[in-house]
Amino acid sequence: MSTRLATKARLLNTDKQIRFSFNGKQMIGYEGDTLASALLANGQMMMGRSFKYHRPRGVIASGAEEPNALVGLGSGARFEPNQRATTTELFDGLSATSQNHWPSLEFDIGAVNNKLARFFPAGFYYKTFMAPRAAWKSVFEPIVRQSAGLGKVPKDRDADRYEHFYAFMDVVVVGGGVAGLQAAKAAAQSGAKVLLLEQTAHWGGRAPVDGGVIDGQPVDKFVEELVSELETMPNVTLRLRCMASGVYDHGYVLGYERLTDHAPEASGPRHRLWRVRAKQVVTATGAIERPLSFAGNDVPGVMLASAIRDYAVDYGVSVGDRTVVVTNNDDAYRTAITLKNLGLEVPAVIDARASAGGELAEEAKALGIRVETGKGIAKVQGSKRVTGVAICSQAGEGAVIEEIPCDAVAMSGGWSPVVHLWSHCGGKLIWDDVRSMFRPDVDKAPTGADGQGFVVAAGSANGLLHLQNILADAQAAGASAAKAAGFTPKSAAAPEAQAREEAPIEPVWLMPQGAGPKLRMKAWLDFQNDVKVSDVMLAAQEGYESVEHTKRYTTLGMATDQGKLSNINGLATLARSLNADIPQVGTTTFRPPYTPISMGAIAGEARGEIFQPLRKTPMHGWHEEHGAHWEPVGHWRRPYCYPRQGESHADAVAREINQTRKSVGMLDASTLGKIIVKGPDAGKFLDMLYTNMMSTLKPGKCRYGLMCSENGFLIDDGVVARIDEDTFLCHTTTGGADRIHGHMEEWLQTEWWDWKVYTANVTEQYAQIAVVGPNARKLLEKLGGMDVSKDTLPFMQWQDGELAGIGVRVYRISFSGELSYEIAVPASNGRALWDKIAEAGAEFGIMPYGTEALHVMRAEKGFIMIGDETDGTVIPQDLGLTWAISKKKEDYLGKRAQARSHMTDPKRWKLVGLETIDGSVLPDGAYAVAEGTNANGQRNTQGRVTSTYHSPTLGKGIAMGLVLNGPDRMGEVIDFPGTDGKTYKARICDPVFYDKDGEKQNV
Amino acid sequence: MRRYSAFAIAREAARYHSGWERAWASPEPKKKYDVIIVGAGGHGLATAYYLGKNFGITNVAVLEKGWLGGGNTGRNTTIIRSNYLQDTSAAIYEKARSLYETMSQDLNYNVMFSPRGVIMLAQTEHEVRGYQRTAHANALQGVKTEFIGPQRVKELVPIINISGPRYPVLGGLWQERGGTARHDAVAWGYARACSDMGMDIIQKCEVTGVRREGGKVVGVDTTKGAIDCDKLGLVVAGHSGVLADMAGFRLPIESLALQALVSEPIKPCMDVVVMANTVHGYMSQSDKGEMVIGGGTDGFNNYTQRGSFHHVEETVRALVETFPMISRLKMLRQWGGIVDMTGDRSPILSKTPVEGVFVNCGWGTGGFKSIPGSGWAMAELMAKGHSPLAEEFGLNRFAEGRFIDESVAAGVAH
Amino acid sequence: MLILHCPYCGVDAEETELHAGGEAHLKRFGPGSSDADFESYLFGRENPKGVHFERWRHVNGCGKWFHAARCTATLEVFGTYSAQVLEPPQDIRDAITAKRPGWSWRDIQ
Repeated sequence: MSTRLATKARLLNTDKQIRFSFNGKQMIGYEGDTLASALLANGQMMMGRSFKYHRPRGVIASGAEEPNALVGLGSGARFEPNQRATTTELFDGLSATSQNHWPSLEFDIGAVNNKLARFFPAGFYYKTFMAPRAAWKSVFEPIVRQSAGLGKVPKDRDADRYEHFYAFMDVVVVGGGVAGLQAAKAAAQSGAKVLLLEQTAHWGGRAPVDGGVIDGQPVDKFVEELVSELETMPNVTLRLRCMASGVYDHGYVLGYERLTDHAPEASGPRHRLWRVRAKQVVTATGAIERPLSFAGNDVPGVMLASAIRDYAVDYGVSVGDRTVVVTNNDDAYRTAITLKNLGLEVPAVIDARASAGGELAEEAKALGIRVETGKGIAKVQGSKRVTGVAICSQAGEGAVIEEIPCDAVAMSGGWSPVVHLWSHCGGKLIWDDVRSMFRPDVDKAPTGADGQGFVVAAGSANGLLHLQNILADAQAAGASAAKAAGFTPKSAAAPEAQAREEAPIEPVWLMPQGAGPKLRMKAWLDFQNDVKVSDVMLAAQEGYESVEHTKRYTTLGMATDQGKLSNINGLATLARSLNADIPQVGTTTFRPPYTPISMGAIAGEARGEIFQPLRKTPMHGWHEEHGAHWEPVGHWRRPYCYPRQGESHADAVAREINQTRKSVGMLDASTLGKIIVKGPDAGKFLDMLYTNMMSTLKPGKCRYGLMCSENGFLIDDGVVARIDEDTFLCHTTTGGADRIHGHMEEWLQTEWWDWKVYTANVTEQYAQIAVVGPNARKLLEKLGGMDVSKDTLPFMQWQDGELAGIGVRVYRISFSGELSYEIAVPASNGRALWDKIAEAGAEFGIMPYGTEALHVMRAEKGFIMIGDETDGTVIPQDLGLTWAISKKKEDYLGKRAQARSHMTDPKRWKLVGLETIDGSVLPDGAYAVAEGTNANGQRNTQGRVTSTYHSPTLGKGIAMGLVLNGPDRMGEVIDFPGTDGKTYKARICDPVFYDKDGEKQNV
Repeated sequence: MRRYSAFAIAREAARYHSGWERAWASPEPKKKYDVIIVGAGGHGLATAYYLGKNFGITNVAVLEKGWLGGGNTGRNTTIIRSNYLQDTSAAIYEKARSLYETMSQDLNYNVMFSPRGVIMLAQTEHEVRGYQRTAHANALQGVKTEFIGPQRVKELVPIINISGPRYPVLGGLWQERGGTARHDAVAWGYARACSDMGMDIIQKCEVTGVRREGGKVVGVDTTKGAIDCDKLGLVVAGHSGVLADMAGFRLPIESLALQALVSEPIKPCMDVVVMANTVHGYMSQSDKGEMVIGGGTDGFNNYTQRGSFHHVEETVRALVETFPMISRLKMLRQWGGIVDMTGDRSPILSKTPVEGVFVNCGWGTGGFKSIPGSGWAMAELMAKGHSPLAEEFGLNRFAEGRFIDESVAAGVAH
Repeated sequence: MLILHCPYCGVDAEETELHAGGEAHLKRFGPGSSDADFESYLFGRENPKGVHFERWRHVNGCGKWFHAARCTATLEVFGTYSAQVLEPPQDIRDAITAKRPGWSWRDIQ
């Protein structure tokens, strides 16, 4: 049993008890506990089940590298799956449940997979489940999916909120261990702005547990003083519980701060995402201990030696009464010594090396601990808990020499620097044969915008394991980062440290080295994904020789710990199988984030109503008050229609149209793009932009124009008004305003930069109201002010003046075919004018109309709509708009493109009107079929519907479409098969259905 | 080749799996081949496979500068669909989709094609019309799709929020037989089948030059020496421009980074693929339980294969809004893939100015879903000189102004 | 996530402030040009793995277009300069030569 010791623990406040539950069972821990330490203290070693075989899984590590102890936390709108028990701080009321089992953690039906493990080697699913064909989707896949997938599914909308925080730093130091603290100090003393991030809730990293003396003081004391010193420095920001999750191009660093995970009752956001631009980054991210590969190394109770030490020292937890230590390096002796000094039994240290020579080994021996050299573990006994180990000769094949009863095994295969952040942005690694590790290649650091390295590794993250070396390296790293960031570091010596001298490591990739297939099948590399030594060897045998092939074939390192424990052991195993050197095999690529970060934190504040910015016209509030049904158009929302009580949308649209055509309607046209183009060359410029001639337009007049891309396609249309000799106002579509303004600027700045033209997008500076219908003039006259008579303000002209006491600019333009005035006012007066028009219009029964009525009325008139009649593949010539294409101009954007063979092909589909024989409405997007099929067996087509509506004015369906030779086939009936099984017959006709001669708009 | 089956697994289990053969051989290059394919990704391997299977051409080498399947084949979001608007796109993607249906059996390698269905959400009136148009087109193209209403969307995807305050779901284009497959397995399965036909897959062999005589290809120079051939297929996605340069012609291609990410695995909660173009994101759940999420491309030329954060942010924000329950899931891993984009965002399957050299590239974000169709058409093009499936994807279309533009249907193609 | 220095407003702009505009120094071909020239102008883009010249717009900033010389393989930025030039200025070329001796782009060295 694991249990709580009576001795004082480094991080616990035993005065404060904390209640929590695990799988419904009430338990007690202390303030300072992690969920993992508290569970161990309550005798709960088993914390989950593995992914593939559903084997019992205990905690193996004490930090972010933990692959096994994943739990579901909380409930309802605060439920979170896959949370690491080792990085979850205990709080009152915490409720955790174990994962991936049914019906219970202790008894799991899925564990039958374990009995069949022999039949489920790496990649077995690629070799079976193929017959019958339909069975994969209907039978096998559901079983695989149900048995995989670790955590439970959150059901509700997240109750918490998240925020983003932006920071610009000279130096970001990642890791608050002694190296990070020292590096931060060294950098900060130069005056550089420093951000120091530590992922846990404590400063100091693992040095306080490992012991030693710095500047004559215990490590804890040194850390305490250094932190106090940093806290007083105004140029230093310190953050605990904040993990640097990724390093991106050009010094972009992401920090993931967990604000309330440890205190869910606290107010404020749950996570804060730090988006940092750093000139330099110091990765003092430490090192992670490697497991050893021996049979049964996954049985609960087998743990990393450092983790067992952490639980004992930091949390006062004994993982077992009798702990066998197995190692290939000196560091694990620290665990033996620590346990022995706490009064626990250490039956033996099994050291795979031929001789164990360092100071720590001597100290252990002096304490009376039995040390066996040249030995290994043949097999761990026990299933849900270690009951003993069988030891063997490391050099042999696993013949058992002796069985040692024990209830815990502390293993150490050496240390791997945490090089993830170094690697995220392209930093290279080198294999260090002496220390048996990949460490950063300082000559190949990630490079920034200037091509220079911007990441410096420090301390054990840089491959250094002795305290003195770590501090010296950190001092140098902090200073060099400050220097690279443009500061002058102070010349200061690193603190003096004393620690034990260690004998060299001897790499052990399999224990015993000659282990046969039976043992290899039980020697785990990836504990969560159930990848064993035998699986990697099988991959190599089958030709999956690249490290990426092996990873993907076996799923090694693809679990939620991203291979923090398994990668190096796995690729060393692969190298052995291929008889290659480790550096030849290489590593897989490290990807952000270092440990998983919440989607909520990534999304930040942008949720619900503020998911995206909402653009509002000055009349937005009025529409809302009058029950508008909204349609999103870009970032705007426009009224689609204004349904009355009990009225359908279709009825509302019909009513709005009828009233407008009969009397008068009003439209909020403020979203229409308005771009001022000004300068001596403005006319010349617009002649290049529009297909028609704009330079000849007289001041005071309006002209409809078409704009094409250089590739020839129609991209926008609208009315241009000439304000004065040098000034034009170009109307664009709602969606086109920003795009077209950008288009203009692009040509002005990058091609015709010597032309004297300025542009300004004044879309939001003006509100625009269309007053439309036979009574429009009467209504305006009632408002009083300027003369809006036909003679003074004829069709396609504009004038400045005053209406109802408000300064206005009135355009006589029409998109509905009716007598129509578009009235522009400064945005601040938009609502006032709108209200006055609505009030004055009451006697005419004025109705506001929305985008759908607008669409129907323009279709009745045969006016094209960008986005309906055009789709990026249509040229003006397709739409019968040749009248708007100047023949006189030598050049305009798109002219050359429109001369290409496909553009001049007479077989291009052309715009026509379409009316169904029976008056019904053609389906949107329907195609007209032709005889036969093409070479690929697809039905031939000869046209398609581009716009289709029920016209309340005409009382029947009307449509526009593009049809092969359409304008020459007036009266012909063609077939449009619907997706509803019906075939719609429609007659080709003139696209202008209403007021063909334009008499109504020109009154 | 020893066939894979449950029986074979049982047999091997009895002897600790010591009897499994190599999935593909690892030969040294011969002096000459009838056909050399450059690029052992899905498209290159599929081309080789159909050259052998459909045309009996097996004196083929597939050269790969890295490891097979190591490019975009292994770093995409595995979506398979054919609900394209333009006839020629629909034809090749539907050919691909139908070949995916039987691929596991054809290759005797389980590629786990899962026809779980694909929904493309319509969240504006414009998108509704666009997808209705696609549904009409698909019906005539022999592609089974359907425009469905919001309630049906909700039934198919219970975790979706159809009444978001900003972009409520107005419907969707539903392709029931679209889905996903295991991307690596597609490359591995083709490689095994090609190797079994006697073709040489030569990894870690980089092409350094294309040798021509009198306007005709005669071979390639590689890091493993010169190799002769009669025909050369360039199937190297993001690096097509570099290879074309060696052969002395230019391609209308730009290489951009496409961003993707996965969440930690959870139990099954979504049995279809959902794409939301208005808000720029798409998501499916892998058999392992990870939510597989894709987003947009960077706008600039980039060969780094690194993920950048602001695209991920935009995508995740959109998906948290669409699927509120993912807010408390965690992002496990993000990465970037290099996609080759043409001027109209549609692929190039074409002869080239150099006789005997054929090019297959420019699949942009549609690469994975097209693999078998692309290989089928490319093999036909190389063997016979023309292919109806490849006809419209020729290089000449850019000069003629005859584009294949899929973005017209609403939003972007993935 | 790139940072580019906007030569107009002097801001070191984040990628999110910028809009990428593709290959720089294109020569426009209009009416009267050959099919081949016109196709090459519209679609024949340089796509080097290495030194590249491209256009950017500081769209969420001063709104100005500018040019950047950048490495597409490492994302190193050699310099930014005015959009109103027909080819890269000498100081930019020198800066590239210092870091990538022997570079070439189109017929520029």
